[in-house]
Amino acid sequence: MIARLSAISFNTFREAVRDRVLYNLVFFALLLVAAAPLFGEISIGLEKLILVNVGLSAISIFGIIIAIFIGIGLVSKEIEKKTLYTILSRPVRRWEFIAGKYLGLIMTLVVNAAFMTAGFYLALLVASRGLGKDDAGLLVAIYFIILEFFIVTAITLLFSSFSSPILAAVFAFALFAIGSFAEDLRNFAALATGATKWLATGAAYLVPNFSALNVISQVAHSQSISGRLILLNTVYALLYSLTATIGAILIFERRNLK
Amino acid sequence: MAALEILGLAKSYPTGFWRKTLRPALSPLQLTVHEGETFGFLGPNGAGKTTTLKLLMGIIFPTSGSARILGRDFRDPDVKREVGFLPEQPYFYDYLSAPELLDYYARLSGVPEEERRKRIPELLERVGLADAGNKQLRKFSKGMLQRVGLAQAIIHNPRLIFFDEPMSGLDPIGRREVRELIQGLKDEGKTIFLTTHILSDAESLCDRVAIIHNGELRGIGVVEDLTSKSADKTEVAWRGAQALPAVSNLLAEEHVTGDIVRAVVASEQIDALLEKLRQQRAHVISVTPILGTLEDYFVAQTSGQKEVTV
Repeated sequence: MIARLSAISFNTFREAVRDRVLYNLVFFALLLVAAAPLFGEISIGLEKLILVNVGLSAISIFGIIIAIFIGIGLVSKEIEKKTLYTILSRPVRRWEFIAGKYLGLIMTLVVNAAFMTAGFYLALLVASRGLGKDDAGLLVAIYFIILEFFIVTAITLLFSSFSSPILAAVFAFALFAIGSFAEDLRNFAALATGATKWLATGAAYLVPNFSALNVISQVAHSQSISGRLILLNTVYALLYSLTATIGAILIFERRNLK
Repeated sequence: MAALEILGLAKSYPTGFWRKTLRPALSPLQLTVHEGETFGFLGPNGAGKTTTLKLLMGIIFPTSGSARILGRDFRDPDVKREVGFLPEQPYFYDYLSAPELLDYYARLSGVPEEERRKRIPELLERVGLADAGNKQLRKFSKGMLQRVGLAQAIIHNPRLIFFDEPMSGLDPIGRREVRELIQGLKDEGKTIFLTTHILSDAESLCDRVAIIHNGELRGIGVVEDLTSKSADKTEVAWRGAQALPAVSNLLAEEHVTGDIVRAVVASEQIDALLEKLRQQRAHVISVTPILGTLEDYFVAQTSGQKEVTV
């Protein structure tokens, strides 16, 4: 089982690495990070604040774009091109295929985030003429961004297991956008009454809470992140992505492939 | 031992707006393939050949029925360690090279690393791709892709191999190479299940064939038996053209060259013809039954009424 999972995930990683689109995205992200000090020039005294905000947002947004655009094709492309025929005719369980694909894309995103983090710290080093103790705290924000990737990849995989790639991309982007305002949705639910309150509360708990994973603004202002939040966010992200991946597996297990 | 037993496997697809009408793609199919046999599964396009293979490989699920592969339930994924499959017009991960692709499939089939290192170059040599090196599959011709397909189907040394239209889309040289490869596997004692609509390939490679049409099994048997079924005419050659008027009412057609007559006669008339030729003192040179081809049988089964011969 482990050998098959690692073979599928490594092949997914290899496919992404050999895809030129990925390099274009990474190039743009690094360019944005490198250009961040220029934004700082416009706002005197806020150079580092701008750099951290732009740099971390770039790592997050470009990672999400990669997660969704590669994620929507993970299963559908294999069905469409019939490469899945030669996989399922081997002792590979369907759940192993989905799990392997998921892990492969996560591997891609983590490696990608590592490169962008290196670029980000380099830009920080140049702009601040040195790195301070506070700058290590930025890694917590990057860790949360990676947790976002876990969830986005899982929900993209879930949507792509039953809908077309375009619809899956629309659903995943929409859920990411709604999830980014999950706290506002919860606040609205608290103020609402009757059926609206129930609906808003239900929706607030159903959508992934990306706002809890976004601490860019806090770390940019050198605020420390509590260990409790790190633990809760980790458990939340793992449970959410596990549930979505299991959903994708359950759908895929019953699917007649064309 | 039976390598493959198909026990009433059937597949229907829901159609219509409410998806309540079922369109049968494969009627309950009953079929046994013996170990070491090369079995041809023939039928026109859309007959149900690929559907049968997809069901056996777990790509789609049957509406009813079951199957046993090498004595085990076909849904058991572990049985696929001993099964190879080449889909029709296969497409592979084009960002990989041939050795990378074979290594990937071998890993999925549980082939140990040491064996992989030994087997991959051997197999590439065998399918004529030893020179392809690290060239990505996107730069391969159709024939080369088909050879990679054959290699991936046998990388784990399976006992039973399914080939779906292995010669389709290939040029005559490519077809010949693939045929020779399959013949080589047959000689090694592998069980081969081959779907094709190229009847000459089936005739030259297969021990037994089954014919499927509109999702229904129309005929099954040993190739020679099926072709001899249509041997209802015989060619008779004799010396002595003077005998012709006496026997002409028995003949379907005749050709006279000098004193030699070649005539075609219905098989049930052969005794009467020979008797008359003896009376006329003609010298019989040859009596040859005109055997039907697999094509004749195929056309008869796919255009006529349902008739199953086991």
